[in-house]
Amino acid sequence: MTAQAKRRNLLLDGLAQIGDAGLFLPTLLAAVPRSLRYFRETVRQLWFVGAMSLIIIMTCGLFVGMVLALQLYHVLEIFGGTASTGTVVALSVYRELGPVVTALLFAGRAGTSITAEIGLMRATDQLSAMEMMAVDPVAYVATPRFIAGIIAMPLLCCVFSAMAIFGGHLVGVTWLGIDNGTFWSNMTSNVDVWKDVIDGVIWKGLAFGTVVTLISVHQGYTTPPTSEGVAYATTRTVVASSIAILAIDFVLTAFMM
Amino acid sequence: MTQRRSYAVGTGLFIVLGFAALAYLATQTTSLVNMSQGDSYTLKARFTNIGQLKDRAPVKLAGVRIGSVQSIQLEPAKLDALVTLSIDKRFNQIPEDSSASVLTSGLLGDQYIGIQPGGSPDSFKNGDEVILTQSAVQLEDLIGKFLVNGSPSDKDKDKTKQ
Amino acid sequence: MLGYLGHPMTDAIASPESAPAGDALVRVRGLTTRFSGRAVFDGLDLDIPRGKITAIMGPSGTGKTTLLKHITGQLAADEGELWVDGEDVARLSREGLFKLRERVGYLFQNSALLTDFDVFENVAFPLRQHTKLPEELIRDIVLTKLQAVGLRGAARLMPSELSGGMARRVALARAIVFDPMLILYDEPFVGLDPIALNQVLKLIRTLNETLGITSVLVAHELAAIQQVADRVVLIANGKVVAEGHPKEIADDGSPWTRQFFGGEPDGPVPFHYPAGDYAADLGLGETA
Repeated sequence: MTAQAKRRNLLLDGLAQIGDAGLFLPTLLAAVPRSLRYFRETVRQLWFVGAMSLIIIMTCGLFVGMVLALQLYHVLEIFGGTASTGTVVALSVYRELGPVVTALLFAGRAGTSITAEIGLMRATDQLSAMEMMAVDPVAYVATPRFIAGIIAMPLLCCVFSAMAIFGGHLVGVTWLGIDNGTFWSNMTSNVDVWKDVIDGVIWKGLAFGTVVTLISVHQGYTTPPTSEGVAYATTRTVVASSIAILAIDFVLTAFMM
Repeated sequence: MTQRRSYAVGTGLFIVLGFAALAYLATQTTSLVNMSQGDSYTLKARFTNIGQLKDRAPVKLAGVRIGSVQSIQLEPAKLDALVTLSIDKRFNQIPEDSSASVLTSGLLGDQYIGIQPGGSPDSFKNGDEVILTQSAVQLEDLIGKFLVNGSPSDKDKDKTKQ
Repeated sequence: MLGYLGHPMTDAIASPESAPAGDALVRVRGLTTRFSGRAVFDGLDLDIPRGKITAIMGPSGTGKTTLLKHITGQLAADEGELWVDGEDVARLSREGLFKLRERVGYLFQNSALLTDFDVFENVAFPLRQHTKLPEELIRDIVLTKLQAVGLRGAARLMPSELSGGMARRVALARAIVFDPMLILYDEPFVGLDPIALNQVLKLIRTLNETLGITSVLVAHELAAIQQVADRVVLIANGKVVAEGHPKEIADDGSPWTRQFFGGEPDGPVPFHYPAGDYAADLGLGETA
């Protein structure tokens, strides 16, 4: 195969994957009423997908806030504007870093485990076994994870952002000596609850959560039933999710501006 | 069954934590914190030039925040800016001959309203107007004045350039 | 919803021995299935009698597992008809199909236990999904079924802690939790040591005799099948080529049975995958 033909194949493959995942979405949504019976399973998945991601999200949030404050303080010092450190930390976290970094971590932590889990269930015939026990595997396995991911992402974004603010405060006020009142009053007079917190953290979080879990569940559900198949699908979840997150982030930001 | 319940409890905690974080972000780090500070009363002040003053900018007395700018409107008849200030109810002892000025925090910082207390025994009441006001100092004007009043040689240089 | 206590298949199991010879639980007529052009089944006709153990044998790749998937409606055939207990599987709605599957047990080759749950919850899974029975009753049913397969003591183990033979017996307990009318065993003996194999054999026999469950086995192990099966059906080239009692079928004289039961490497099932001229492939043809 020539290099050009290979490249074209790769492109067509990618398009086919997007189309396939897009077609999987109605299947997932159609199973929502049926999966209401499996509410407990959704709660359990919310635990695995959301609560189990808390530690990594909180740690990373803290460090992102700390490094932002450190960097921004030294840049703002040039203009004598260190008082705005809190503002800039808050705005960059709410609008971009919070949702994007959370989503990337979420894809790595929760997305891969969803894909691997469903993929292994496929490979070991567990999905067929459910079919045979007259349990719809989409309603029992796929949709609860999908719903759990959509609920978990915005909440994780909030936790991440709160930790980032805390980290920024730690470095800015405790370490670098910005006045505590200045830090907060400057932030509170410049951050808007709708434009920054709701648009950024909540809406972007929801959008990323939907996309990442859709990709993860779809990759898992269509995994070839072999061990390489599962490994390959897991990798693809991370790659596809990362690209999707950043691309969608650009589109959403352009719309929100 | 105990296993199932512990999942439910943990998940519940996670959701509560998430919403607590959201509530914290929304109320403690945004402009909401200034709006929801309990009872307040309003004062009016007219300025010929407010510079870059924005809605929700702080109002300070002796450097302490006592309220915020509620609205800024142009008075069509007098062609000056009518600024409505929202002052916290706790600070209801401000003398009624106090003056208000548009100040800048730092060289390039945000602008705010500073109140300089007067000596009158009576204090402002809701809806009163601050008569004594001082407009924003325009940096461009300041630089212009400096250039004009500077040394003659500088002035000449400036002229030759034009 | 199918109640455990309802025994919907009571009629079927009441008198398996006295059922008329023509009474087939599964009836297949003119079944044709093609996978990417290749015909797996080519007008297959087959009857599986009630209350008997029927073994389906055949060379690898003859679609024995595919047949089981047709019976459970997981896969639709291209042509032909298939009735299970008088119901045309191809015409059933999704709900109808699910209703039917609640009465059919399926033992997967790799057991397919749900890895998230322990043994007890795996067996309880169908009960929890399809009934609202009180916890004590579920407990009793599950422990009864586990006792039947000899694994009541393993109720709290996770699937990862089980050996292959134990996992298969748990899967069997799960398959019979609703007292089905039909159990389909897909390669139940593969990868089992002689002890585990005999345990599974004994279970298949016992379930058939005590509950009157109709059983369909797909397997290669001739010795095991001769011990347990009432009837053997040999499928090759998409058709039934021989059927009969396991003791008699090997002696019916057809080249198929002779090769299959005699284990000869070449015969109607060729040793060589269809290929072009050998000499031509090696470049020794007309060019020389």
